[in-house]
Amino acid sequence: MAKNKPTKTSQGEAKAEQAADEAVVKSDAHGGHGGGHGGHGGHDDEHLAHTMSIKMLVGVWGALMVLTVLTVSVTGIDLGYTLNLVVAMVIATIKAALVMLFFMHLWWDKKFNVVVFVSSFLFVLLFVALTLNDRGEYQADIETYRQDKAQQ
Amino acid sequence: MTDTTADAHAGHEHHHGDGPHLAHHFDSYQHQFDSGKLGIWLFLAQEILFFSALFVAYIVYRAMHPEIFIWAHYFLDTQLGAINTGVLIVSSLTAAWAVRCAQLGNKQGLVLNIAVTILCAFGFLGIKYVEYSHKFHDGLGWAAKDAELKWSRHDPKHQVWELPGFQAKHPEVAAAAAAASKEGKSDREIAAVARKAAGGKDLGIVQPANSNTFFGIYFFMTGLHGIHVIAGIIVWVWLLLRALKGQFGPKYFGPIDYAALYWHLVDLIWIYLFPMLYLIH
Repeated sequence: MAKNKPTKTSQGEAKAEQAADEAVVKSDAHGGHGGGHGGHGGHDDEHLAHTMSIKMLVGVWGALMVLTVLTVSVTGIDLGYTLNLVVAMVIATIKAALVMLFFMHLWWDKKFNVVVFVSSFLFVLLFVALTLNDRGEYQADIETYRQDKAQQ
Repeated sequence: MTDTTADAHAGHEHHHGDGPHLAHHFDSYQHQFDSGKLGIWLFLAQEILFFSALFVAYIVYRAMHPEIFIWAHYFLDTQLGAINTGVLIVSSLTAAWAVRCAQLGNKQGLVLNIAVTILCAFGFLGIKYVEYSHKFHDGLGWAAKDAELKWSRHDPKHQVWELPGFQAKHPEVAAAAAAASKEGKSDREIAAVARKAAGGKDLGIVQPANSNTFFGIYFFMTGLHGIHVIAGIIVWVWLLLRALKGQFGPKYFGPIDYAALYWHLVDLIWIYLFPMLYLIH
């Protein structure tokens, strides 16, 4: 992930400030090393992490605002209970991806950090899936209880 | 304690030429930054799991009782929710921008961006306060059905057809349901009258059983999120004071970066809470 993308970005940001571009190149060099930064210790001119260009920051912000307006307007259109819910969740997930990849710098971060963070979502998925599967388990008991109570 | 520290420093003297913000147990600024970054990612992963319990409560309850969510959505203010989403997204931009300023050693920009982030956080909480007040005023709390919120100025509006927003959107349905309710008809009869007035469409305006569970989930989710916003404000104020002293620069901006990551997570959670609570159709 980190290997080819910074290159693409440095092209896109050609007009951005010099300092920002320099940082992108540096972070590219780090990307090649994967986890190990041991050899880089203590150089004064070193950039510790990727720097976002102003253009990119404002662009991501604009996209998030547009998507917020979009999701509110779509709610006004009747697509049916399920489809409205799916559309709202898809838009929310696109927004979440924008925040994570760019505002949170995950696109340029170390793969190990990405694995740490993304693994939590896998556990959430497991949590949701198993609980949803189990949710009808006691429904029969509840119905019986209700009927008994109604008869009394 | 002091002795031990002094000893440790004596043993690592060669690191102290590197600068005032490099802790002695790190080899380099890069080492220090990467260690902190891993720490904050572990913390954020934990935060996701922490919130996931509430998301599961929401998902399971909505899957079991969609009628409660349809009924309850009439009581939520989509406009205020949307404005708050915008406020948080702006604060996320300024938080990310603050990181950039710290990395480039731009003190003025850093201070300005942190200040705007804090202002947005207060704005968010202010709007939340207005929303919560409306809920309490309408007697909508986290308590069981029909329990009164004795500590609030209380003017119960338990019925959807009493809400001005619903009356404006569906005047005929609201009038028909109100008339049927006044005649003392049962919930089932009111629902039938409302459906007829809506042209055969069930708008789900009669209060279902256990509907206050929705507000239990609503207050718990938004409340926990709000506590995170307050924690964020405390962290940002601390960092603002440090930024004013000029403590951050290209070699030492970790605290700004980590706080921004936390702040983006708070935004991330709201990005899901907004459609889940305010955009129910």
